[in-house]
Amino acid sequence: MQLEFIGAFQIVLGVIARFWPVWLALAIVFAASLFYRKKLGLYGQLFDSGVGVTGVFICLFWLFTAISASWVAPFDPLAQVPIMKDALPGAVVPDGGGVYLFGGDKLARDVFSRMVHGSQIVLIIAPAATAFALMVGATLGLPAGYYGGRIDSVLSFLANLVLAFPVILLFYLLVTPGIVETGLPRWMAGLFFLFPIIFFATLFYTRFKNRPERLYLLLGLTILIGGWVYVGLVFDADPLGVISIAPNELNIFVAVVFASSPGVFRIVRGLVMDIKTRDYIAAAQTRGETPWYTMLWEILPNARGPLIVDACLRIGYTTILLGTLGYFGLGLAPESPDWGTAIKDSSRLLRSFIHPALPPTFALMSFVLGLNLLADALREQSMKD
Amino acid sequence: MLAFILRRLGTMVVTMLCLTMVVFFMVNLEPNLKKLAISQLDMRSPPEQLESWLVKNGYRQNFFVRYGQWIGVVQKQPNVDPATGKATPRFSFCNEPAEPYYGGILQGDFGCSTKFKTTVSAKLWPALGATGILMFWVMVTMVPIALLIGILAGMREGSKTDRSLSVASITTTATPEYVSGVIFTVIFATWLGWLNGSAASATGQGITFYNFTLPVMTMAIYGIGYIARMTRASMVEVMTQQYIRTARLKGLSFSGVVVKHALRNALIAPFTVIMLQFPWLLTGVVIVETMFRYQGFGFTLVEAAGNNDIDLLLGCSLVSVFVVLFTQLISDVGYAYLNPRIRVQ
Repeated sequence: MQLEFIGAFQIVLGVIARFWPVWLALAIVFAASLFYRKKLGLYGQLFDSGVGVTGVFICLFWLFTAISASWVAPFDPLAQVPIMKDALPGAVVPDGGGVYLFGGDKLARDVFSRMVHGSQIVLIIAPAATAFALMVGATLGLPAGYYGGRIDSVLSFLANLVLAFPVILLFYLLVTPGIVETGLPRWMAGLFFLFPIIFFATLFYTRFKNRPERLYLLLGLTILIGGWVYVGLVFDADPLGVISIAPNELNIFVAVVFASSPGVFRIVRGLVMDIKTRDYIAAAQTRGETPWYTMLWEILPNARGPLIVDACLRIGYTTILLGTLGYFGLGLAPESPDWGTAIKDSSRLLRSFIHPALPPTFALMSFVLGLNLLADALREQSMKD
Repeated sequence: MLAFILRRLGTMVVTMLCLTMVVFFMVNLEPNLKKLAISQLDMRSPPEQLESWLVKNGYRQNFFVRYGQWIGVVQKQPNVDPATGKATPRFSFCNEPAEPYYGGILQGDFGCSTKFKTTVSAKLWPALGATGILMFWVMVTMVPIALLIGILAGMREGSKTDRSLSVASITTTATPEYVSGVIFTVIFATWLGWLNGSAASATGQGITFYNFTLPVMTMAIYGIGYIARMTRASMVEVMTQQYIRTARLKGLSFSGVVVKHALRNALIAPFTVIMLQFPWLLTGVVIVETMFRYQGFGFTLVEAAGNNDIDLLLGCSLVSVFVVLFTQLISDVGYAYLNPRIRVQ
């Protein structure tokens, strides 16, 4: 049976039309941001430079695509229409089923829908893993930089151990089905996910020590929400059934956090060593503030500029890491629509068909590029102050 | 200085011991051993047979004894067949003395590769040589281009050249090897047909421009952006120094000032950056060699990890950890040497 095709111009129009929820959300956010930019602080200043606007645009584009993936994507990412195997871009599904805008892959699935759904996986794991890495790195980096001495030597040695591992070797050792069987990822998750709870509990305790009514409320909330997420993620036993994570995804998550927290640790440690020589720290110490209050409420807020820039770059780097994992077929399910897996599948067939390979590559590249541009613009802005 | 280097070497040895022990622990986890036994025997072997194979080949000995044997501080016992009382090598492709002996890393014996059916040394060193060639060409293309971009961009901060070069280098840092590899293959191999999309022939028939350009290009492009940005930052800083202004005011030409006064000081920081790139260059090697089917170190690592080839994987880890730590040491020593303001205590 002969397939019908639509023209290149119609493909472009079709793709633009499919993204309508994204354009709508982008238009609202941009209009609001431009209108209130004077009041929005650092975020508002981003709109002063072309690089900043481009970065915000690309990041928000993928964010909204991930949120509205089920409306944007015309097909189910796993649905196969046998006749569409390796169909070229713009092929019309017979019987009025719709159009494969970017063609079909070797298993006759819609490349466009897979790309759109792939963004969900990346945009959930990458920022979340970066956030956890930041908490772990900050909780360990603050005392290392502040106290120095033996704590610093031990923690730095451990961080250097992890950093001396080539990332790919680390993943080959940590992310395998065999490792999931041994329960090692669960132990590591149990350890890592404690850090945010410790972090917030210390944060509130040091600040509101003398105001018990606020303290108990905030501590209670931290332990309740933290414990809920903790039970859901580590033991997969969320009583409400909202939070759950597949064992292989937990494995990836833990590996990525493990690989990137030493980097955060080093940055936080360096920043703390720099900031602790300032006069306002001496003032806080003279006031008799506890070390942890000084670290969390005096040093950390003043280190936020470089940390925000680093977080942006790190989300991009984590995206690249996830792609690497997908490319080597580690951790993620073989039919998973994430970009790395899609690149792996299609790059083997480049000689015959190139169209399944290009959408995921450009998606990954543009998202990382957006984050890097955002980081660059943020750095420029913070340099001006 | 000497004391500093010695102390660093000491730390390096401790780090390597710790890391190899971690790797040793990970590759000897129960599921991995089972996988190895299955790959060596048969999919349908009963569990008892797998277990007896593991016991026979010494995989069930105490963890620390085995780690000591691998390092070469504990004697390896010959594999004596209880029925005949004769010593037979564990693997037919590996020679093994019939009496107890020390045979580990310290003696230069890396063990046997169960996947490639040969000794690890016979597989690992040629692979490293092949990767060395790849790395050489990557460095030869990457470093000059990156430095040039960085210097041109940092020479006049805020100019149009600076802005466009900066955006270009940000773009290259956003393209990991598996992305640029696909894009380059599509452009240069599928559409234009100028280059070969596979470097498999480079192993057997030698390296040519036709089969080796794509891997080198793919690896270099990701690093260029990062080094260029570091060079730019360093160059910008140097160009605002007083001595540059003095040199300009006494009437030297702009290009003369850049070449004679700025360059030398601006290139100290990129040197350390280039040295610290090795950890992820190793990742890049693995991706590129898998993608272009070039039989080097990365390819060997993937094969070893995929088949749980314990000795080969341990050898690969040892080499890569050594490379990372050694380049860190060179970068620190070189930095102190190049920049007299830094003094090592």
